[in-house]
Amino acid sequence: MTSTSARFSTHPERVLDDVHRAEWGRLLSLLVARTRRLDLAEDALAEAFARAAARWPVDGVPTNPAGWLYTAAHRHIVGRLRAEAVAGRKAHLLAVRPGWTPPEAADADLGDDRLHLILLCCHPALPRESRSALALRLVIGMSTEQIARLFLVSTTTMAARLTRAKQKIVGAGIPLGDPLHDELDARLDEVCRTIYLAFTAGYTPAAGSELVRVDLAGEAVRLAAVLHQLVPDAAQVRAMLALVLLQHSRRSARERDGRLVTLDEQDRSTWHHDEIDAALSLIAGLPTGEGYAEELRLQTLIAAEHATAPTANATDWAAIAGHYAALEVLTGSAIVRLNRAVAVAEAEGAPAGLALLADVEELLADDRRLAAVRGELSARVGDLATAKASFQSAITLSTNEVERSHLRSRLARLDDADR
Amino acid sequence: MKYFVLLATMGEMPSWEQLTPEQQEAGMAQHVAFDEACASRPGVEMLGGEALGDGSMATTLRTRGGEVTVTDGPFAETAEQIGGYYVLEAPDLDTVIELCKVLPPYDIDIRPVLDTP
Repeated sequence: MTSTSARFSTHPERVLDDVHRAEWGRLLSLLVARTRRLDLAEDALAEAFARAAARWPVDGVPTNPAGWLYTAAHRHIVGRLRAEAVAGRKAHLLAVRPGWTPPEAADADLGDDRLHLILLCCHPALPRESRSALALRLVIGMSTEQIARLFLVSTTTMAARLTRAKQKIVGAGIPLGDPLHDELDARLDEVCRTIYLAFTAGYTPAAGSELVRVDLAGEAVRLAAVLHQLVPDAAQVRAMLALVLLQHSRRSARERDGRLVTLDEQDRSTWHHDEIDAALSLIAGLPTGEGYAEELRLQTLIAAEHATAPTANATDWAAIAGHYAALEVLTGSAIVRLNRAVAVAEAEGAPAGLALLADVEELLADDRRLAAVRGELSARVGDLATAKASFQSAITLSTNEVERSHLRSRLARLDDADR
Repeated sequence: MKYFVLLATMGEMPSWEQLTPEQQEAGMAQHVAFDEACASRPGVEMLGGEALGDGSMATTLRTRGGEVTVTDGPFAETAEQIGGYYVLEAPDLDTVIELCKVLPPYDIDIRPVLDTP
């Protein structure tokens, strides 16, 4: 055995993992674009990876791994098409925009149609809960089992959801290709919403004992990075990627021994500072925009204030309160007002924060976050009765065990202080 | 692909008879504009379309255990507000969505018409 073949034969698995991570979405986008068979392309590509796993350790890694996989998958689809023709069956083709042609096949550089694939997965005619799952499957190449785990549903449920979404795309004629006229911007907004929703699902305490699902958030960050790479000039995509990078950079500091660690108590040296730097350079010079892009930009500026404060005490709360005020004007959201109240309380004192809460009491009557904030601010102004009652209702309203235990210990400290 | 476009007067579009004559005229103009937009779009063909009598005119037939019963319709409360329909040939869903924006502000369901083998 020569040294070259020895090197190849020991590493094909790692090469295959890398190729899967780097190339799945691009290869699938090309197969879908050129065959217009959304139903066959995914299986065919998975089959090609399985063949590679069997062949490469024996034959060595091919010089153009992506090209090898594309050819194998394409052959597989052609075989299926032939079988269908023999059986006299005719399947529906994916619709494409009039005048659209698939990317040309060059020898080494196969082309890329991932942007259109992402837009297809995130089409507004698809159910919201299917969009990000479909994008993670088709663009990132996660397995149905993995996606099911991330979204806390059974594999069967997730498989059915993905199948229905693909059937709707083909059946309803959702087209591959460039969106009509000036609609790209609105469609990218929708894609950003979808990715951000998947990201926040990873950080939203759900029922059960697991505080965060960092994996889901991490995969959403990957999807955001792919999108940014495809449309580097899109302001909303730049802001969204920066935002998820900033929030995700704190993942190692958020939990200690199964307990939630709040921002002010986090060990800032465990934040991923390379990701913070990447986010800051993404938003540097991002001009004031409008609509959803501006919403994302303001949220990113808030996250950046936290990320760049050397200590919790050094946080520029007045700047944060200002960004929240602009965000509130833009969105009219009660949750934004609640967050603004927290920032104002830090900048100007608890009474000013409590005054802002009054307007959202009715809108957020059964919201655990409002109860927790009211509890915290009431404790600071010495209104222990309201503070305790508020923490108590926050505990009742929360369904996450880790969050509840955090609230219970907060309540216990008040009881101690009261004694 | 062939699409069935169902128009319902349940959102910002009141039922036709509640409109003033001027509003009806403006609504008609939008339907005419829709016809024209369809005609001038490559790959799009208007295959049919009608305004329908309102829900109080509907008659519902139900078959249960082989027995057909006839009652006052419609069969679902929301079907009361169906005002009309179009059938279009169009290259894809996005084209239909864009064309429908020319119509008065109905709530609209777009469904693919299935090929009969």
